[in-house]
Amino acid sequence: MNNMMRYIKSLFLSEMRKGLGVTLRHLFVRKVTQQYPEDKTPLSNRFRGLHALRRYPNGEERCIACKLCEAVCPALAITIESEQRADGTRRTTRYDIDLTKCIFCGFCEESCPVDSIVETHIFEYHGEERGDLYMTKEKLLAVGDKYETQIAAARKQDAAYR
Amino acid sequence: MFEWVETIFTSLPQGVQTMTFIILKIVAISLPLMLCVAYLTYAERKIIGYMQVRLGPNRVGPKGWLQPIADAVKLMFKEIIIPTGSNKYLFLIAPVLSIAPALAAWAVIPFSDGMALADINAGLLYVLAVTSVGVYGVIIAGWASNSKYALLGAMRSAAQIVAYEIAMGFALVGVLMAAGSLNLGDIVRAQSGSVIHWFWLPLFPLLIIYFIAGLAETNRAPFDVAEGESEIVAGFHVEYSGMAFAVFFLAEYANMILIAALASIMFLGGWLSPLQGILPESVLAIPVLGDVLGHGIHWLLIKLAFILFCFLWMRATFPRYRYDQIMRLGWKVFIPITIVWLLVVGLMVLGEVGPWWNAA
Repeated sequence: MNNMMRYIKSLFLSEMRKGLGVTLRHLFVRKVTQQYPEDKTPLSNRFRGLHALRRYPNGEERCIACKLCEAVCPALAITIESEQRADGTRRTTRYDIDLTKCIFCGFCEESCPVDSIVETHIFEYHGEERGDLYMTKEKLLAVGDKYETQIAAARKQDAAYR
Repeated sequence: MFEWVETIFTSLPQGVQTMTFIILKIVAISLPLMLCVAYLTYAERKIIGYMQVRLGPNRVGPKGWLQPIADAVKLMFKEIIIPTGSNKYLFLIAPVLSIAPALAAWAVIPFSDGMALADINAGLLYVLAVTSVGVYGVIIAGWASNSKYALLGAMRSAAQIVAYEIAMGFALVGVLMAAGSLNLGDIVRAQSGSVIHWFWLPLFPLLIIYFIAGLAETNRAPFDVAEGESEIVAGFHVEYSGMAFAVFFLAEYANMILIAALASIMFLGGWLSPLQGILPESVLAIPVLGDVLGHGIHWLLIKLAFILFCFLWMRATFPRYRYDQIMRLGWKVFIPITIVWLLVVGLMVLGEVGPWWNAA
C-alpha cells in the first residue's frame, strides 16, 4: 500500500510540484539585498577596521611604547622601536603595522593601556602598489587625526559595556 | 524615394530575387532570435535571483538591461584558446555544428498563419532530424578538446540526448496522431476552436514528458550532468573560451527557445488566441483591439515566454539528477508512459472523442 502510494505520488510529481510552489512563492518575496555602495549595513561600535594611533587633546601622542600590542599580536604584524625623549618620556620612533599580516583580531586595541592603538570603522581602503598596506607611524597617526571624532564617539558609546 | 532600389531589384534575375527574399527572411528570424537569446540569459539570472531572494544583475545600465550586451562584448574580446593537444579543425567546427541545427530548425516554425520561412509538409520530421544533429557538436567538442572532463561531459550528454530523444519523439508522435499532419501550421490549425481545443488537454501527459525531455535534451538543469559544474567543471566546453564558448552558449539558449516554441505550437495552440470562442466575433472586428485579442504572433510569443519561464523555474528549483537516475527516468518511465498514452490517443481519435476529434 505504502509502495503504491509512493508510486502514485512520484507519477503525479507531487513532491516536485511542492518544490515548484516554494520557489514560485519566493519569486514574490521582498528582496533584502543591500545595494552596497549606495546603502550600507550599520556597523557595531566594536567594528574592527583600519588601525589608527590616537593623540591626547593637547596634541601629544598617546603611545608610550609599552609594546604590549607587539607582544600580544598573534600575527606578528606590529613592529615597535622606542627611545627616550629629552623630557624623559619614552616614545616610539617606529610603529609599523603590516596590514597584509594583520588578522584584525583587535587584541592590540584590547591590550593598549592608554587607548592609543585603535581600530576604526574604515574598511574600504586599498593599496595600489607594494608597501601601501604597510602602515607606518605617520600614516597611523594621520588616520587617527582624521577620524578622531568618529573614533572617540564609538569609544564613548561602547564605554558603558566595558 | 526608394524607386531606384526597386528598379535595380526587378532588373535582377528571378533566382537572385527569390534568394534575396529568403536571405532577408532568415535575417528577420535569426537576428531577433539572437537578441532573445541575449535577453534570455538576463531573464534567467534575474528570475533565478528573485527566486533565491536576490536581486540579480542590476548594475549595467538601468535595472541591468545592458548586462547581456556587456557580457557579449566581453566574450567577443576574449582570446580563443586552442589547446595544444586538441584537434584544431574539429575543435573549431564543433561550435558551428552545435549552433547550425539550433538555427536551422527555426526555418519551419510557423510564427503566425502562413508566416513560416519554409512551410513544408514534413515539418515535424524536419525538426526532429535537424535537432538530433546538434548532439554531434557536443560529441565532437568533447573529443576534440583532448581533455578528460570534456570527454566525460560529451559522453554523458550524448547518452542523455539519445535516451530522451526517443521519449520526445514519442511525445511528438502523439501530437501528429492527434493533428493528423506533420506540417506545423496544420498542427496549429487542427487545434483551433478554443482553449480546450488545444492539445494540452488530451495530450497532457505527453506535454509534461515533452517538456521534461526538452529540459534533458537541451542539457538544462536538473539534467545538466553534461555540464555539471561541480563534478566535471563545465563538461564538453571546458576548453572553450571567448567567442567559441559564446557560440555554444548561443546554441544552448537557441535550443531552449526552440523547444519552447515547439511546445507552444504543438500543445498550446501556437498563434491561436486563447480568447477564441469566448469573445463574440464583433469584438474581434474592432480595428486595434481585435488584432490584439485575435490570433497572431504575439500569442505565440506569450506562450513561448511562459514555457521559457518554466525552464528557468525548474532550474531554480531542482538539484541535479544523478546520472543513473536520468537514464532510469528516460528509459523506464518516460518511454512506457508515452507508449501507453499513444494507445490512449489512438483510441480517442478512433472513438472521435470530443471536442477534439468529433468534428472530423
